Amino acid sequence: MIEKEYDVIVIGGGPAGLSAATKAVGNGLKTLLLENREMLGGIPFQCVHTGFGIHCFKEDLTGCEFITRLIDRAVENGVESMVKTHVLNIQVHSALEKTVYAASPKGFLKIRAEAIIYAAGARERHQYEVGLTGDRPDGVYTAGEVQALMDVYGVMPGRRIVILGSGDVGLIMARRLAMEKAEVKAVIEILPYPGGLTRNIVQCLNDFNIPLYLSHMVSGVRGSGRVEKVIVTRVGEDMKPVDGSEFELECDTVIVSAGLKPDIDILEKTGVETDPATGGPIVNEFYETSVPLVFAVGNALVVNDLVDYNVEQGEAAATHASNLLEDYVSPRVEWKRVERGRNLRLMVPQLVSGDRDVVFYGRVQHPEDNVQLAIRETGFWKRFPRVKPAEMIRIRIPAEELAKAHRGKITFEVVR
Amino acid sequence: MNRIVEYTCIVCPAGCLLRAEVEGDRFVKVDGAGCQKGVEYAKQEFSDPRRMVFTVVRVRNGELPTVSVKTSKPIPKSNVSNLMRMLASIELEAPVEIGEVVVSDAYGAEVIATRRVSRREPD
Repeated sequence: MIEKEYDVIVIGGGPAGLSAATKAVGNGLKTLLLENREMLGGIPFQCVHTGFGIHCFKEDLTGCEFITRLIDRAVENGVESMVKTHVLNIQVHSALEKTVYAASPKGFLKIRAEAIIYAAGARERHQYEVGLTGDRPDGVYTAGEVQALMDVYGVMPGRRIVILGSGDVGLIMARRLAMEKAEVKAVIEILPYPGGLTRNIVQCLNDFNIPLYLSHMVSGVRGSGRVEKVIVTRVGEDMKPVDGSEFELECDTVIVSAGLKPDIDILEKTGVETDPATGGPIVNEFYETSVPLVFAVGNALVVNDLVDYNVEQGEAAATHASNLLEDYVSPRVEWKRVERGRNLRLMVPQLVSGDRDVVFYGRVQHPEDNVQLAIRETGFWKRFPRVKPAEMIRIRIPAEELAKAHRGKITFEVVR
Repeated sequence: MNRIVEYTCIVCPAGCLLRAEVEGDRFVKVDGAGCQKGVEYAKQEFSDPRRMVFTVVRVRNGELPTVSVKTSKPIPKSNVSNLMRMLASIELEAPVEIGEVVVSDAYGAEVIATRRVSRREPD
């Protein structure tokens, strides 16, 4: 067993983790970055398309280019990292004493640290979470698996494809497969409207004449050995299958693109409180969970739709970690709880003090035009011409405003 | 006789619905663009539609078997398929540096590596 000691361990080498580790080293903390895949980079590493770093770098970069910049920056700043290293457990002994156990190619690791920044990202919803039943042949993948297969390892998953879910990831993979001359038979969406941006419907589906079936579901997978076909059924307004509407699509591959959820299995073992709205931990304005000096950022905290937010959260957590470690006192403040009113699905962070400005990330439940995001207790409001679930709201609220809420809570709501 | 051609702008996530008025093969004007880029997009899309190409190319003796690539600028949409076929037939030798030109003339654009692939250390 290899034993080590650091000030801070960052778990996860994607955009949030790389940014946190770079910042932590810059702030003088002895830092170790742990990544379970064979390379640093997380999701963007396998994204050959553009749309990354528009805020961070003021350029529209491909995922690969974007993450190479973050990796290079981490290396130049002297971030120490280990890949192919799987964290197995986090033990919390006291506020300033934790042990991380991990398996690495060099052997079993036992690493002590004062603080942990958990940036392990999200995992994809899989076929059984979207009710995809039937036979269990080879050829059913998630969108991220297909992306890694094709664009990291150069392997085509199949030739005749049906994609479940019309979010941007599903649409981008439809184009990617069509570009490689696969026959994309259909994109199937259970809702009556597409999940992704209109421009992706245009450039990913229409450009390649790929049919989009709205208000449809795959009610069964058929195949022995390999996928042979899927049964597609129309759903009514009640989202229930319509009798007699079934038809078959022959295919050899089914790709599930049904969104992400924070991957916090290991973090949960430390006893952190979680938020059912985000699926991630509850954090305060320092990105600190209910376990002192255990921070959570990036998609492990909340599934972000701009990578720039993951970077911002990672850097902020590292700065807060170094400030808190400098002169640790506990408990520090009485937190005001952030509550969600009308048309708000989620809001992060969930606890604030009123002592400092806070950047909030929120998501609405349904689309609305000409609305205000308001704080019920303080009278604050900001106008938004349009809000929609697919586009996160990012808003900085000044300390003075947050301090005005006296009764221990701050309620955000979307009002007309 | 003027007619209206509709496009959804793909320049940014806003996805404006563009209504271009055209006369034969002559572009007259466009309504619905939220910015000047949308106007340019509609003109381009009507006269000469172009797309960026993103894919991967095989790499020999690399730490990974592929390198991701992109075109330096959009190429004519009608040539995308040909370029894909050409890129599927080539194989590079590691190391490949990010920004390296992989193909120097691809329908008026360059094909550029968007990832770094180091040479695999012999076992």
